[in-house]
Amino acid sequence: MSERVLMKGNEAMAEAAIRAGCRHFFGYPITPQTEVAAYMSKKMPKIGGTYLQAESEIAAINMVLGAASAGVRAMTSSSSPGISLKTEGISYIAGSDLPCLIVNVERGGPGLGGIQPAQSDYWQATRALGHGDFHVLVFAPSTVQEVVDLVFLAYDLAEKYRMPALLLSDGLLGQMMEPVSFPDPVEGGAEKPWAACGHQNKRPHNIINSLYLKADELERTVVERFARYAQIEAKEQRCQQYLCDDADYILVAFGATSRVSQSAVDTLRAQGIKAGLLRPITLWPFPKDAIRAHIPHVKGFLSVEMSMGQMVDDVRLAVEGKAPVGFFGRTGGVIPKPSEVVEAVRKMAGGDR
Amino acid sequence: MSKGGETVLEHLKSCVIVCGHYGAGKTNLTVNLALAAAQSGEAVSVIDMDVVNPYFRTADFQELFREAGIQLIAPIYANTNLDLPVLPPSVGAAIREKTGRLFLDVGGDDDGAVALGGFSALLEERGYSMLYVVNSRRELEPEPGEEAALLRRIQTASRLKVTHLVNNTNLGPETTSEVLLQSLPYLEEVSKRTGVPVLGAAAEERLAPHLEAEGLLPVRVYVKPPWS
Repeated sequence: MSERVLMKGNEAMAEAAIRAGCRHFFGYPITPQTEVAAYMSKKMPKIGGTYLQAESEIAAINMVLGAASAGVRAMTSSSSPGISLKTEGISYIAGSDLPCLIVNVERGGPGLGGIQPAQSDYWQATRALGHGDFHVLVFAPSTVQEVVDLVFLAYDLAEKYRMPALLLSDGLLGQMMEPVSFPDPVEGGAEKPWAACGHQNKRPHNIINSLYLKADELERTVVERFARYAQIEAKEQRCQQYLCDDADYILVAFGATSRVSQSAVDTLRAQGIKAGLLRPITLWPFPKDAIRAHIPHVKGFLSVEMSMGQMVDDVRLAVEGKAPVGFFGRTGGVIPKPSEVVEAVRKMAGGDR
Repeated sequence: MSKGGETVLEHLKSCVIVCGHYGAGKTNLTVNLALAAAQSGEAVSVIDMDVVNPYFRTADFQELFREAGIQLIAPIYANTNLDLPVLPPSVGAAIREKTGRLFLDVGGDDDGAVALGGFSALLEERGYSMLYVVNSRRELEPEPGEEAALLRRIQTASRLKVTHLVNNTNLGPETTSEVLLQSLPYLEEVSKRTGVPVLGAAAEERLAPHLEAEGLLPVRVYVKPPWS
């Protein structure tokens, strides 16, 4: 463990990736993500790594595809509009069963939207980060320290299951500063016997590919991949719970809104309303088992988001109509205030008491 | 900021430029100094010269400044979705004014200091103090050499000279007296390498009573996340 230092979320993310063995970063600047690329551009040349500012986001993600094919820990980062551009390449990476780390420091949308923080790429991250039948692992940190910790976990699980991992941050987490410490550096990660890194006539060729000439062959490959997804859904759901055990109302919030919601829970408890917070750490797989466990004792769940209501779909799917599920959110770069969240819960509880 | 801030201001010219590494705590220091000056009855203006950071900036304190009677001059599109670094013409006017107390909060390393360079002739004419803010806990392996190099790059970009170093070493809410005390040799080293004297050390009000260091500046934390 390193000494404690005060860092921006974006800088800490870049340092964490380097310490997790990433030596190949391909990016393109966009606010509010730019510090990730800026940090990489300063550090990579000093440690023999590669920082490459590509000509576009599309080029950057395809460089990740190439680097990941060779078995190295590769990374790219962007903000919302840039991630949209990357989705074709992400689909190819998933279709080639390659691990890599993709970072989205979310900002407001749609379109160019704005540069203020948002969480309105939830659907994109968990449902459609490209065409075709596939998933990516999605991690949602809520503190600068957790940004660091999840970068390590994201690489490990991406390699374990041979699939891309997405770290879903937002402008607020990226720009804010908090004290962090870093785990000791690791090198390279897991063994990768599948990597196309030069066979030296000692083994058969490894081929990295996402094209299948026969329909039944493609179907078989996708079905096998989904069997792996089922294992991940069973084993890798992660969340943190705060005062949920006796809660009448459970707020479900990730990332920056979970910090706002935790303040709201404290206020509500002080007002005599038994509120709790369930914070998903993995958005895919979504921690539905933890949510379901609370159905018998809650009067309702409230999904709190910086969007028009996207994760609330997953809360509803988990709850299966067995408890009321509400939504409160602000969007377009507006951060909900703890007092607004308190008000939303009080309304759910039947108005002022 | 209480008495310490006012004492510090006595050592400074009426025009105070605050620069440094991004994230060193320039904005929080500027807000504290401005409030101290206003409290002692000075007519205070603050210019948010940050043309680099999208958020967490002096322009966030419009309300607080209004209550304290402080005039805020900010980039026209600060805190909007337009990533356009346009400074209003009132910046030049405020520097020319020559009366009252003026603070310039210069964001983001030497890139941010370029905007300041455009006003160097006016600032030379008025006279200024230029504070270089240091947080020695911003880097995993802080190097006085690199700190000195950044200071020089800021001087080149702004075409101005740093007159004082301010020690703003902190770990946010985890700051202890030890954190601050451990940083003193680092500041001395940066001072030795640059020939710029240390004006003092900023310490949160909760820590200040337990500290005995020269030129202590008790400060409050104004730059906070939206949930606290």
